[in-house]
Amino acid sequence: MAFFRRKKGATTPAADTPKTEEAQDSLMPAAAQVPLAAEHSSVDGPTPKPSKKPGWLSRLRNGLDKSSSRIAEGISSVFGGGRRRLDDDTLQELEEVLITSDLGPATAATLVSELGTRRFDQELVEEEIRAELAREIAAILKPVAKPLVIDSMRKPHVVLVVGVNGSGKTTTIGKLAKNYRDAGLAVMLVAGDTFRAAAIDQLKIWAERTGCKIVAREPGADAAGLAFDAMKQASTSRQDLLLIDTAGRLQNKKELMEELAKIVRVVRKIDETAPHDVLMVLDATVGQNAHSQVEAFKDMAEVTGLIVTKLDGTARGGVVVSLAGTFGLPVHAVGVGEGADDMKPFEAHDYARSLMGLTGQDGEAA
Amino acid sequence: MLGLVGIIQRLDKHLFDSLTNRLGDVFDKLTRRGSLSEADVDAALREVRVALLEADVALPVVKDLIARVKERSVGSEVLKSVTPGQQVVKIVNDALVDTLGREVEEINLKARPPAAMLIVGLQGSGKTTTAAKIGKYLTEKERKRVLLASLDTRRPAAQEQLRVLGEQARVATLPVVTGEPPIAIARRALQTGTLEAWDVVILDTAGRLHIDQELMDEVAEASRVTEPVETLLVADAMTGQDAVTIAREFDEKIGVTGIVLTRIDGDARGGAALSMRAVTGKPIKLMGTGEKLDGLEPFHPDRIASRILGMGDVVSLVEKAAETIEQEEAEELARKIQKGSLNLEDMLSQLRQLKKMGGLGSLMNLLPGVGRIKKQMAAANVDEKVIGRQEAIILSMTVKERRNPRVIHASRKKRIASGSGTSIQDVNKLLKQWQEMNKVMKRMKKMGKKGQLPDLSQLEDGALPDNMQLPGLGGPMGGNLGLPGGLPRLPPGFDKKKFR
Repeated sequence: MAFFRRKKGATTPAADTPKTEEAQDSLMPAAAQVPLAAEHSSVDGPTPKPSKKPGWLSRLRNGLDKSSSRIAEGISSVFGGGRRRLDDDTLQELEEVLITSDLGPATAATLVSELGTRRFDQELVEEEIRAELAREIAAILKPVAKPLVIDSMRKPHVVLVVGVNGSGKTTTIGKLAKNYRDAGLAVMLVAGDTFRAAAIDQLKIWAERTGCKIVAREPGADAAGLAFDAMKQASTSRQDLLLIDTAGRLQNKKELMEELAKIVRVVRKIDETAPHDVLMVLDATVGQNAHSQVEAFKDMAEVTGLIVTKLDGTARGGVVVSLAGTFGLPVHAVGVGEGADDMKPFEAHDYARSLMGLTGQDGEAA
Repeated sequence: MLGLVGIIQRLDKHLFDSLTNRLGDVFDKLTRRGSLSEADVDAALREVRVALLEADVALPVVKDLIARVKERSVGSEVLKSVTPGQQVVKIVNDALVDTLGREVEEINLKARPPAAMLIVGLQGSGKTTTAAKIGKYLTEKERKRVLLASLDTRRPAAQEQLRVLGEQARVATLPVVTGEPPIAIARRALQTGTLEAWDVVILDTAGRLHIDQELMDEVAEASRVTEPVETLLVADAMTGQDAVTIAREFDEKIGVTGIVLTRIDGDARGGAALSMRAVTGKPIKLMGTGEKLDGLEPFHPDRIASRILGMGDVVSLVEKAAETIEQEEAEELARKIQKGSLNLEDMLSQLRQLKKMGGLGSLMNLLPGVGRIKKQMAAANVDEKVIGRQEAIILSMTVKERRNPRVIHASRKKRIASGSGTSIQDVNKLLKQWQEMNKVMKRMKKMGKKGQLPDLSQLEDGALPDNMQLPGLGGPMGGNLGLPGGLPRLPPGFDKKKFR
């Protein structure tokens, strides 16, 4: 797997680990489309290969493992280590375990009832249940696990990053910048959070760290105007990628949400097709309110995809599953730490199995 | 105030319905009996359980709560005035408030100055903003000399953020020494606090995951060094099921003395509050409401309970209304309403009050679970811009026209339309609304005489009439518009005892 699953049709350097950098480089001019690139490990291939920086996947695993340990424990306690007949009581208990991972009552009920239709009254062991549920969840997630594809021919490909306060937008931009810089793209950042104290400084530091250009104004400046200028600058200086940060806003603040709509409108004055991606950053610790967030941001800022952050904690990010069912928005990546490299592609199979406390790479890869 | 009462009553109806309706379905099948049977209660509690889970209350807490509610409900007499569903909701609400804590717990500063206060929490929970808010609050309301210091050496520009916020809040911040490690900063802050005789030293810390051993050790060390009289855990009201783990871990590893719930101005139902309180037993001391630095309030368990149940933070709504609406004006309006003679000047003052309160959107924000109504309103073409436009139309009228809109005919309409930058149709619409409004007034007066409430149920499904541009203006209105004494009290028909 590339850092992000490779775009269909793109060359697949399978699991030959050492070649990754060249693979990316050669991929770029040919397809002119660059998936978010980084360390490689294999998911498409049959065996996982250790990568140069082993930190990557294991860190995500660690994060997800920690987070899934309790759902695993939950299921264990339901089964008490042995076999158990899948009756109404068992199903009810399983449903509860799922709810504790923020899947939400509705999704949990659906998953469990599907499980019931297939396996009702059978004697099952814990692992079977986990695998079954993981399969169901993976099936829900698979359609939304899509890499973020940057078309560097656009000069610039414009990505707008939105979300509620504290979800991790600026850090996410830092990580994206790092990844695409490493892939050799010319990246420009826009310090569009002109509201929060020191947000501009924060992004400036990221620009320095990653060697990106940055467009910023004084605090309190109009974000839409700034975006407009940045669009111009990016296209004259032939940037491949323009990452626009925005101030965090709660989705029920209508005036603030309208500001986002304005940024989108203004950006379109320069390039009708922009923004090419509108990413909503979602904190994995958020519960059912995520639905309200996605709905509102989708409405006002035409969100095209999600990035789920803070998965290195104990939060299970289970709400992603019910979001996938409801909105079907692509999930591009997950954040697993504060470092520039702590970002990972969203992989349905992995995510689902990790949610269920299954770590191995068994069978059916993607 | 007419519009507002209309809104409140309409929303009240809907919100109260959200859970009671569900319960209603359960109870409809049962004939009314003197007391609640176990089967009745079980059926009802299934619905309650889902409602709580949807509000992100953690599962163990839900289970415990349900058990308690069941105990209290079975066999309890159903009061004559309420349905069994309402009765159960009331019992649930009481249990929630009990769990959340009925007493308001204040910030504790009982220590030899400088009293140290440690602010901890996950990344992005709102620690820095909260630190500045508390600093401002203590400075202004309690007349303390407060020093802010940031121990966040990790996130880029975090220290700068606190410095800027301190400046905005007019609270001093400890000068930043580049490269200084967190514990050293904590020591220096306390030293400075002693030497310069500050009353309170607020230490903002880096966001950290409760499972990050290294960072948890660091903050524990900071706690040992500074011996804080308060260690406040800042948590986002949107937090999901993980709230339990977060609160427990922070409490076990550092010893939390209180919780600050942030982003309560969002539309999250706030079940996390209940989970954290239940698990740690630590009081929720404050709520953060908004990015402005005065957006800090004491914790109100009853409001959060209502939110969690999806009944909306109605008290806040009414308080907000009371803050912005002049009592006399409201009384005057109430008199006119009773007479059934409102002119456009009254309408104008209503529009302005609505605007002052932050428009419909912000009103609705206080009421979680109003998604359905919002959609209805959108469908009924209730646009906030309409308020501004209508204001412009009325402002383009002469005083005579405003007081007696009947004189407005073709050429006046033309003038008003061009004066307000709208069309004649818009002017017509406004006049139509005004007519409708008076018509409804009269109808209500009649109903009021008969001593019965108008049938609110007709409001339910897509019920806002087409001509409704503004709730409360022209739509069918809740009854009982007598509105004695303006709004500070809950409007009639919206009695608190319903919930208590």
